[in-house]
Amino acid sequence: MEKQKTASAAEAQNSKDVLLRMEGIVKSFPGVKALDNVSLTVKAGTVHALMGENGAGKSTLMKCLFGVYNKDAGHIYLEGREVNFKTSKEALENGVAMVHQELNQALKRNVMDNMWLGRFPKISKWCPLTSETKMYAATKKVFDELEVNVDPKTVMSRMPVSQRQMVEIAKAVSFNSKVIVFDEPTSSLTEEEVEHLFRIINMLRARGCGIIYISHKMEEILRISDEVTIMRDGQWIATRPASELTMNEIIRLMVGRELTNRYPEKDNVVGEPLLEVKGLTAAYSLLKDVSFTAKKGEVLGIAGLDGSGRTELLENIFGIATRKSGEIFLHGKRVLNRNARESLANKFALLTEERRATGIFAIRDIQANTTISSLWRYKVGPFLSNKKLSESTEWGIKAMRTKTPSQYTQIRSLSGGNQQKVILARWLLTEPEVLLLDEPTRGIDVGAKYEIYQLILNLAKQGKTVIMVSSEMPELLGVCDRILVMSGGRLAGEVDAKNTTQEEIMSLAAKYV
Amino acid sequence: MGENKIKAQKQAFAQLSTQEKMKKIGDLLLNNAMYIIILLAVIYISAKVPAFLGLSSVVNVISLTAAKLPIALGIGGCIVLTGTDISAGRVVGLTACIAASLLTTTFKVFPSMTSAPPIIVVLLMVLAVGAVVGFVNGFSVAKFKLHPFIVTLSTQLIVYGVILMYLKNGVNNGQTLSGLSDSYRSLITGTLFKIGNVAVPRYVLYSIILTVIMWIIWNKTTFGKNMFAVGSNEESANVSGVNVARTIILVFMLAGMMYALTGFLDGARIASANANTGLNYECDAIAACVIGGVSFVGGIGRISGIVVGVLLLQIIFAGLNFLSVDANMLYIIKGLIILVACAIDMRKYLVRK
Repeated sequence: MEKQKTASAAEAQNSKDVLLRMEGIVKSFPGVKALDNVSLTVKAGTVHALMGENGAGKSTLMKCLFGVYNKDAGHIYLEGREVNFKTSKEALENGVAMVHQELNQALKRNVMDNMWLGRFPKISKWCPLTSETKMYAATKKVFDELEVNVDPKTVMSRMPVSQRQMVEIAKAVSFNSKVIVFDEPTSSLTEEEVEHLFRIINMLRARGCGIIYISHKMEEILRISDEVTIMRDGQWIATRPASELTMNEIIRLMVGRELTNRYPEKDNVVGEPLLEVKGLTAAYSLLKDVSFTAKKGEVLGIAGLDGSGRTELLENIFGIATRKSGEIFLHGKRVLNRNARESLANKFALLTEERRATGIFAIRDIQANTTISSLWRYKVGPFLSNKKLSESTEWGIKAMRTKTPSQYTQIRSLSGGNQQKVILARWLLTEPEVLLLDEPTRGIDVGAKYEIYQLILNLAKQGKTVIMVSSEMPELLGVCDRILVMSGGRLAGEVDAKNTTQEEIMSLAAKYV
Repeated sequence: MGENKIKAQKQAFAQLSTQEKMKKIGDLLLNNAMYIIILLAVIYISAKVPAFLGLSSVVNVISLTAAKLPIALGIGGCIVLTGTDISAGRVVGLTACIAASLLTTTFKVFPSMTSAPPIIVVLLMVLAVGAVVGFVNGFSVAKFKLHPFIVTLSTQLIVYGVILMYLKNGVNNGQTLSGLSDSYRSLITGTLFKIGNVAVPRYVLYSIILTVIMWIIWNKTTFGKNMFAVGSNEESANVSGVNVARTIILVFMLAGMMYALTGFLDGARIASANANTGLNYECDAIAACVIGGVSFVGGIGRISGIVVGVLLLQIIFAGLNFLSVDANMLYIIKGLIILVACAIDMRKYLVRK
């Protein structure tokens, strides 16, 4: 592989039509190596697809190019000249633009304000006021060129997400960029709009731009791209011409990792059905008509791509998102779960995905974080007993093997894994029957992950039902009994964890996208 | 064990390089800058005017602290919720006026009345008024998701209008209410006990009782724990099964009742009440909370901190009086104190990049 790489590098140096070359990019975050010696070469007039599972490092790589992150090592060459953008503004000025996955738009401002943000045209050299007329004309020109049918004076928030996405694409084009990165641009577009986007991309390709196209949608990739680079776990896996690739080949390259004994032995016994969810449909998210049953002592996994409705499913069951229709039964009896308090009383627990935003009380100590959901247990008369509070906290620290100097330590000074254990302890003190865990091991180091798996399996062994959302498929295969696969807000299928493959799950996950 | 801890800290400190040591000392000084400044001020003032540390002066400072404490204890809860309450002073004014108009000998506001109702009835009435204003504040914050600043800016105006109209009632014609009944006055300002020949007024005791009650509420009840949880992370609190809206409403109602008590004490203490009673009290109360470590970051604060904050503020004001500083200058100094205290407080919670 080394040899091949140097050979291709030499070739790239010779060939003039190489637009962008990223070499040996390394980027680490505390506890994680997000990018490990990744290289990418984009030629002028081609579409280069970048593929990989969630967390493979695609977005991180692009953010390193774009100056959002500072790379730890490696080189980036733009048209043979080494560049190292410190800010996205610098990148834009040098002809590198990016259409971001999450739209960062000033929603209360209109379309042209957003287009020219940071580079508003002035009335003249001598008059430093911004010129609305120039802005309008320039926006109109770009839109006409791209056949985008949007009035530049529309306020962003009044437009559907897909049109806002088109504005974002037009903005990237308006910089006259040589390299344009599309980070999952079609996730909110209709089929017709996707066709429109492809026309734009073809036009840019004909102009000699280099396009980097990030997507999970394999049909799209095979249709639009010339070359495909596949990443996995922050590493470069392969770069192939799209014509030589098949869907199955891509999936194999994307997931091709071996299951080693990174998981504790499963000895939980699956019992009677405990939880039944019927036709769950969300009022304000894409979740639609999800029905399933979970059994006592079972670890039920939920797989799917980002944005497939996994988190929304848990939030709807727990009642912190509004349901449109659907029913939930526990022990055959209907439960309403209209808000977190009701769900808690009905013996449900939810470990949220965003630990910082919706899990921990950062500045409060371990005791406060552990006991908040079960305060009724520590009352003596009308008052809380310090003794009871600290005893339960002590139990939580011991049972979870949380590493902390004391229970009076602020939770924010603990590592992610230990914070997660504190929140798990919080929920166990409410004595739940159904635990909903959303990405329980996200941002946690490998050792702590193993401990969390063990805790999950122990809970199942005690007869609790654990429903676990994860983006890491090996984790689901290693810990769960059954796996539900979500796709586009719907349930795409159910697989037995023992007799399935990552390939099967991946193709189910792409069913409704 | 405490000794071991100190020893360990000493050891850890000895291992640091000179530069790190300087930084540690610098941090320590900065984090306690407020206390250091006030200590220096006390030393300076007492050197210039020795009477500053005399018995009557000390009792005076303690009495003033007791008078301003309840309002600060109320506002403290709002600040723990990352909010604020600028209607506090006006609620003090309204409740002082209500108490002064009923527990009086002249009955100008209600000419048809001939004798004052029982004090306990008036006390319950003002508590109810405070709770109602607090409920409106809390309800708007919790249910309409408005910022407490906007909500209390509005209610503050409304309450002021109510005070002005109330004072126009009967034959009072907007006048200052005075001529309070002796039983009301002596209940509040009567002598608790004497040190030498300096009398300590009764309201010092009431303030202490309120402080104990608030301490219990903050530290020993589910409501108190929920308040801190909502203040430090509303979303997490909601997911954890805390009734966020109820908690917010209760915090503001409790605060309203504390303002009412302040007003009730203040009417008798000042022996009169008018439309300007309680004006700007919230500024002192907020300043005291911030000096005492109740942070606008949310979820942080202690009753003991608020007591210390109110005390320190009163020491400064009394000291400036002793130095015969221009009364107008007091405002400037107050403003600077709040600014510096907030800046020092914020420094502790900044995430360094």
